[in-house]
Amino acid sequence: MQLRGRQVRCVRGGREVFSGLDFAVAPGEALAVTGRNGSGKTSLLRLIAGLLAPAGGSIAIEGGDAELTLPEQAHYLGHRDAQKPALSVTENLAFWRDFLGGEVADATDCLAQVGLAHALDLPAAYLSAGQRRRLSVARLLAVRRPVWLLDEPTTALDTAGQAMFAGLMRAHLDRGGLIVAATHGPLGIEARELRIGSAA
Amino acid sequence: MRRDIRIALRVGGGALIGVLFFLTVVVLMPFAVGPDLALLTRLGPAILWLGALLASLLTLDRLFMADHEDGSLDLILTSRTPLELTCAAKALAHWIAAGLPLVLATPVLGLLLNLDMVATGAVALTLLAGTPALTFTGMIGAALAVTLHRGGLLLAVLVLPLSIPVLIFGVAASQAAITGPMTFGAPFSILCALSLISFVVGPFAAAASLRHGLD
Repeated sequence: MQLRGRQVRCVRGGREVFSGLDFAVAPGEALAVTGRNGSGKTSLLRLIAGLLAPAGGSIAIEGGDAELTLPEQAHYLGHRDAQKPALSVTENLAFWRDFLGGEVADATDCLAQVGLAHALDLPAAYLSAGQRRRLSVARLLAVRRPVWLLDEPTTALDTAGQAMFAGLMRAHLDRGGLIVAATHGPLGIEARELRIGSAA
Repeated sequence: MRRDIRIALRVGGGALIGVLFFLTVVVLMPFAVGPDLALLTRLGPAILWLGALLASLLTLDRLFMADHEDGSLDLILTSRTPLELTCAAKALAHWIAAGLPLVLATPVLGLLLNLDMVATGAVALTLLAGTPALTFTGMIGAALAVTLHRGGLLLAVLVLPLSIPVLIFGVAASQAAITGPMTFGAPFSILCALSLISFVVGPFAAAASLRHGLD
């Protein structure tokens, strides 16, 4: 299995963000996408997740489950956390677990892993930014998908949270998963760097 | 899918707004028209239908907007659940939360408009058959307008022409039951047909416009 992009070109709002981008990610490998603000890191992740259409080139996963498209094999962890404030922590997670489908894990277990075991029945409205991020991370664990697309995953996490998350990413890679992460800071794991939009 | 319905019910809150709006329009109408009971009876079904149409427009724009704002829509699009099915479930949830209360409120409001039991029953029945059509066609507009911040206005402009047939046959069926020479059956079956068509077309059209409309 390999995630491969060929000559990817991205146009947003009539302006070319990047073009001619080639990349490949193999199982057990992490790709750290870096670049200044506005260079198209988030756009690249959304292209891979199928939430944007590329203006040119192609992105494909080779050798995965042939029944599923790339977006269906990928977790997208974006800036917005997709949580309903009126539902409790467990309900939020359980909804996405059942809705996303596929191989699933126990919700309570996942929440314990991200350090939210004490807040199971708390409405998501009362969570802090860091706790909301932890809840989003729990979603990655609740449904097993081979590709993780992470957009600034460590923002809002405290030092312990970053260490916890690095551990989870390492475990994911050990199971043969793929990670593409847009980041400014260190991820805490071994990662190849893909630098985009080098001020043309 | 049940969860989607439950989320819409609990998070929505729009349901009450819709019913309250419906209530206000219909309650105010007798005061505006004056105490002519015969006139009220004649206008009654039309007033109820107009109120229901405007009330459903009021709540429809939240259908996808809320999910777009908190990023849920991104995840919905990467889900293994077919998008068409999700759209249908969301519309169903919206109808249960916002459309069904309108139908339930109709008998009470019928009293205010001097409609007798038969007439009220007829209007409630046409609303029951017709409001799903309003929701499912409205969903197409909501899906188109989702990325626009002031989408509510566009939604109204897009959806109102589509809902005219529903309005015509809804009111025609109610009038037929109360006064008209026409039978109740004919316009009512057309109304049901409109609803059934919207069940089929709505989810697919909405899913297609969601796929293309994202930025």
